[in-house]
Amino acid sequence: MVIFVGKRLLQLVPVLFGVVTITFFFTHVAVPNPCAAWTKARTPGAVQACVVTFGFDKPLSVQYTTYLQNLISGNWGTNSVQQPVLPSILRAFPETLELVFASLLLMVVLGIPLGVVAANGAGRWPDHLVRTFYLSGWATPTYLGGLILAIVVGPALGLPYTGDFSSAKPPGWEIVHMSVIDAMLRLDPGALADAILHLILPATALAFLNMGIATRMTRGSMLEILPMDFVKTARMKGLTNFWVLYRHALRNSLISTTTVLGIAAGGLLSGTVVIENIFRWPGIGTYAFNAIIGYEFAETIGIVIVFAVGVVLANLVADVLYGLLDPRVEWR
Amino acid sequence: MAGDARATQPAGWLSRKRKWLTSQLTHLRSGLRGFLRIMRANPLTLVGFVMVVLIVSVAVLVVLLPPIGQALVGHPVSILPYGPNYYPSPCPTRIVTTGNYSYPTCTLPPSTEHLLGTDNLGRDMLSRVMAALPLDLAIGFVVTAFAALLGGSLGLVAGYWNQPRTIKGAISVAILRLTDIFLAFPSLVLALAIAATLGRGTLPTVLAILLTWWPYYVRLVRGEVLVVKHQPYVTAAKAAGLSDLRILIRHVIRNILEPVTVYYTLDVGTVLVTFSTISFIGIGVPLDVPEWGNMVEYYQTQNLMGIAPWTILAAGGAIFVTVLAFSLLGDGLRDVLDPRSRRALAQAAVPTTVAAPAALGEA
Repeated sequence: MVIFVGKRLLQLVPVLFGVVTITFFFTHVAVPNPCAAWTKARTPGAVQACVVTFGFDKPLSVQYTTYLQNLISGNWGTNSVQQPVLPSILRAFPETLELVFASLLLMVVLGIPLGVVAANGAGRWPDHLVRTFYLSGWATPTYLGGLILAIVVGPALGLPYTGDFSSAKPPGWEIVHMSVIDAMLRLDPGALADAILHLILPATALAFLNMGIATRMTRGSMLEILPMDFVKTARMKGLTNFWVLYRHALRNSLISTTTVLGIAAGGLLSGTVVIENIFRWPGIGTYAFNAIIGYEFAETIGIVIVFAVGVVLANLVADVLYGLLDPRVEWR
Repeated sequence: MAGDARATQPAGWLSRKRKWLTSQLTHLRSGLRGFLRIMRANPLTLVGFVMVVLIVSVAVLVVLLPPIGQALVGHPVSILPYGPNYYPSPCPTRIVTTGNYSYPTCTLPPSTEHLLGTDNLGRDMLSRVMAALPLDLAIGFVVTAFAALLGGSLGLVAGYWNQPRTIKGAISVAILRLTDIFLAFPSLVLALAIAATLGRGTLPTVLAILLTWWPYYVRLVRGEVLVVKHQPYVTAAKAAGLSDLRILIRHVIRNILEPVTVYYTLDVGTVLVTFSTISFIGIGVPLDVPEWGNMVEYYQTQNLMGIAPWTILAAGGAIFVTVLAFSLLGDGLRDVLDPRSRRALAQAAVPTTVAAPAALGEA
């Protein structure tokens, strides 16, 4: 297993190299000189100064090798106002992670039982109802679901719908930049309740739109497992339907659901770009949005690196979990 | 018999033609029966199918009626109640009160005259939503088709010629590595970055989606090809001396078409949502082109959610209904065509007595 994980991590290196190269050339070829968009004072002198500072006058190959050298030595470049990229990303990423984990939790808690209900009533109305529900989530554009939750549902329920706290925290208060965990570490019950309330709407938005992933997979694998002999044995023992479904069948069908959830976590990262922007969540989605809109190339590449690592790691975790849950899997 | 036929039909081609026609008819009939079976298996699939047919017909009418009317009656005919950018000036107003302020706006709630209400300029929402339908639908169909073609052909190559230590094998490996890189990108982020750098417009947005969408099809098609190429009929075709190209077209492609079609149906909706998301963020289709995503963005920046929610709900609802239609259809098709879940469904429907052991042995 260690060898398997090591191998997969090694494969990450060429993938990251490719991701960086593609993003670099896309951005720099399409917009060779973003200085005109960056500088507020649109005087030729200011633009020229910016070009010299950031080296946009050098040949593309030189810019690329310089960027790669800096990247390997841990310097991820600076944005247009000379702020280093890496610290900002490291500060914003945990916030996004918190949002993703909260939505995954919702997907597990709501999505999996829904899948069981659908499988239990396969071909009948509970199945159709559940299918309509998760396909509705699938068909709702992220921004529409987010807007309705933020503008209609949030005020109606009195839930906060911006940011991760009601009030700004003093500098240094946040330790890991995950609002719930920070509040726990600071032993502050008021802040904890506040942080959880702030999480509800954005996490619901993100989870609802991806609910189908967990539900569909659970339903599918339950349908495969329900006709098996051990389920019949459990029924013949006289166990109640509930016990048979959740204790015997669900346990075995969770293996594939876990895998799919791991892959879904990578996909949830994409959804955060829109959701965070609507809910003013101070995570990497908002950061990515502003970077892309503002032609901040160093920031964009940095975000793409983080997202690519996130996607690959989520897939790896899914594979490892699959191997741990199903002992028949060979590590190779 | 054969001589007899030749005597009555000297050309010979006619009987061949008739034979061909009969076989085509048989295919069609069995296809129809399969279709009915799919629809009966799940009523939601039928609902999705009817919705897709309706949506496509409306889109076709929106596009084709004006030129047809021009040709037949001399002036364009349209099923849109109003022009998509037509607004009466001065517009009929209503007084909106928020807090202590009262002010007139052109936003009229849904009525018999304006079925979906009007927007902040007094434009009819139903007309705007319908005018955007052809563009959005075409994007969904065409972009997905291009992605499927591009990714599909790469997947075909990568799956069929995967012998190690040959030039073809090396090409396959290169394709797979490139696919891995693109799969590691979160597609929306890459599409946004490309759309932003290419500038605002319909074509750049299409390009941005296209460039990020093909890798899924490489994976899908390659996996299917790897299964199909070891089937006895492919081996038989090879033994019969058929060329690789012929085997690919006649035997491999025909047999992987089913899963690709199902995935395509589901994907049309996803592409549509992604396209409208790029527009919503404000780097996609320009505002003067009616498109559902940029309508939502525009009305949201005009703060219409509070005073005239029907504007945002009409545009967003149009996306929702369209994508839901394709998802219902695709999801139902996937259930029926996927042999694993088909078997499971059959067993869930029929009390499991004899079927289960046989199916398990098969698995």
